[in-house]
Amino acid sequence: MSRGRLILKGGRVVDPANGIDGLRDVAIDREAGGLIERVERAIRAVDADEVIDCDGMVVAPGFVDMHVHLREPGREDKETIESGGQAAAAGGFTSVACMPNTQPVNDDQSVTEFITAQARRKSPVRVHPIGAITKGLKGEELSEIGELVRLGCVAISDDGMPVSSGFMMRKALEYSRMFGIPVINHAQDVSLSAGGVMNEGYYSTVLGLKGMNAVAEEVMVFRDILLAEQTGGRLHVPHVSSARALDLVRQGRARGVKVTCEVTPHHFTLTDEAVCGYDTRTKMNPPLRSEADRAAMIEGIKDGTVDAIASDHAPHCQEEKEVEYDLAPFGVVGLETSVALGLDRLLAPGHIDLSRFVSLYSTGPARILRIEAGTLSPGAPGDVTVFSTSRVTKVAPESFRSRSRNTPFEGWTLKGAVTRTVVGGRLVFTAG
Amino acid sequence: MTRSKSSRRGAEMQLHSRHLLGIEGLTPEEINLILDTADSFAEISQREIKKVPTLRGQTVINLFFEPSTRTRTSFEIAEKRLSADSLNFSAGTSSVVKGETLLDTARNLEAMNPDFIVMRHAMPGAPHFLSRVCRSSIVNAGDGAHEHPTQALLDAYTIRQKKGRIAGLKVVIVGDILHSRVVRSNLFLLAKLGADVTVVGPATLMPPGIERLGARVSYDLDAAVEGADVVMMLRIQLERQGKGYFPSVREYFSLFGLTEQRVKRAASDVIIMHPGPINRGVEIASSVADGPYSVILNQVTNGIAVRMAVLYLLAGGGASEEAA
Repeated sequence: MSRGRLILKGGRVVDPANGIDGLRDVAIDREAGGLIERVERAIRAVDADEVIDCDGMVVAPGFVDMHVHLREPGREDKETIESGGQAAAAGGFTSVACMPNTQPVNDDQSVTEFITAQARRKSPVRVHPIGAITKGLKGEELSEIGELVRLGCVAISDDGMPVSSGFMMRKALEYSRMFGIPVINHAQDVSLSAGGVMNEGYYSTVLGLKGMNAVAEEVMVFRDILLAEQTGGRLHVPHVSSARALDLVRQGRARGVKVTCEVTPHHFTLTDEAVCGYDTRTKMNPPLRSEADRAAMIEGIKDGTVDAIASDHAPHCQEEKEVEYDLAPFGVVGLETSVALGLDRLLAPGHIDLSRFVSLYSTGPARILRIEAGTLSPGAPGDVTVFSTSRVTKVAPESFRSRSRNTPFEGWTLKGAVTRTVVGGRLVFTAG
Repeated sequence: MTRSKSSRRGAEMQLHSRHLLGIEGLTPEEINLILDTADSFAEISQREIKKVPTLRGQTVINLFFEPSTRTRTSFEIAEKRLSADSLNFSAGTSSVVKGETLLDTARNLEAMNPDFIVMRHAMPGAPHFLSRVCRSSIVNAGDGAHEHPTQALLDAYTIRQKKGRIAGLKVVIVGDILHSRVVRSNLFLLAKLGADVTVVGPATLMPPGIERLGARVSYDLDAAVEGADVVMMLRIQLERQGKGYFPSVREYFSLFGLTEQRVKRAASDVIIMHPGPINRGVEIASSVADGPYSVILNQVTNGIAVRMAVLYLLAGGGASEEAA
């Protein structure tokens, strides 16, 4: 391992946490544990043992994907902590938070310890486990949340399995307050969505597929916001997909409720029209919604309601997806397309500026999870994402680092590309 | 291969796809071509020797994952009257339970080089999936609540036979609109050919956005049948009762059952249709099903000619590709 100092030279540094947007050099001290040393104009390169030319590039605090499924332990045929970590690095992410619906479920200190140890050994990026709200994701008994947090869990979630019992959700919000962590509830009233495989609307009618109405999401978001208001707990709403659910978050926050939310690239890019043709790579939960919903996601991203972009990276084997639409598992991979989709769909059309872009991909999720990330302040971890707003990304699943290929964006050409990813002063990805 | 009919008709008009996956993808001209072609095939079934050599040497697999008597038999007769070698593969849903995927089933069938696969499946889009992995022509014989194109074609053929036209007719479709593939195919077809369609059924069985398929929605059967030229009844599946869709068969029949009184409100030359199998006393009174306006058995007869026309036209497309 190289020692000394890494300098990222000549790039446009965008660090909203410090109000910086301008040409700067970034020096990372590799000897002092890979921390940011300073961000200044024209740092002398002679002091460095490695200099990366960032001319024409944007240099930002390392990106954080706060919602991924790494599948290990249990489904290493879909993804491992190693392959998922490599996919994250290639996608420009220096930190990821992984959901607990592994086999066994991360509701127990031994699983948390395994994930963090495996990440240290195998992953090029930082992996922050998310613990289960309830044992076995069954929604019946709280996990040992204190223990999970002590061992490194940064949030709790039963992702994929909504906490249906209002009582249990209330207790989770109350209990988690002691640890300052957010409760991430997959917002869905399963009595309303059961059996559904896509959004309910005109296209579910035309395709003859069973729909899940957006109301199933909205009633749960509303319940959870009221419970967060009552308990003072921190609620994070994952993968918001409906316009009204987003509006409920907006209203809740205006009342002072501690609620944050994330939106996925597929929900701000695609609509349920994409399901025509029955391509199972368009099947995820929550489903692709209407054009009005998609437009509302963009609005929420613009007006600040949305705190983070998260991919809900959900790898599945090809044979699991090459089946009838009804039988295919929910989920799409996203780590290696998330940033390019954001650059192409949010930044390039001018919906947001670079500072807001970096907030959504870095500062925002880092704040929600209260992890050391999202800033280039001296002394912060030396995690940096370097990207181009003009270079083009061609989505080629066959070259993904992820073990899975289930993306609806195969063959898309996107304006914007991640060029380098640095974790703790170590270069973990360089674009070819 | 015998192409006597196509040489008579001329090669200028053919189906643009070698699959029939739904009515949605057909043009009005293609629909009329199928109906016109069915006219010439109808006569074959009246002959003493009900067989022509049109598809001699071609293999058709009837791949039925769902129980079906009428549709499968109708296809089988159509295939035999065209001299195709046909065989039935009743997979049931058991192949899924046993672990064989549809992809593997398709690959196994494909290895036997069939020319056609006629497919019935409980899940929407299953024939579309098959069409992406098979070289054979795929004919959708019903996929879940999505489409049942040959049913809509035989319905249109029957309407045209009885009424001489489809454009401008007042058509009322009654029943479980939400779960019906027959409705979707009929709505696509009737909109393309210019009929005036109203769908009627309980609000719990009315899917969202159905108006965008060109239908008016009504919950009042008495008002909807007023002056109707065609009333198409749908089978109501009894298992929907008790699952929140409607409270009882009794109430269903009183609100949406087709009775003689209701038939009297329709046009004096109304025709009553039903894709079968009928539930007497549930969605239709026996006296109406067996009455003078009923064309339910004509639909069954016409199904054979329409399916012969579909297979013949799809084979024509395949043959020209081979020649190229």
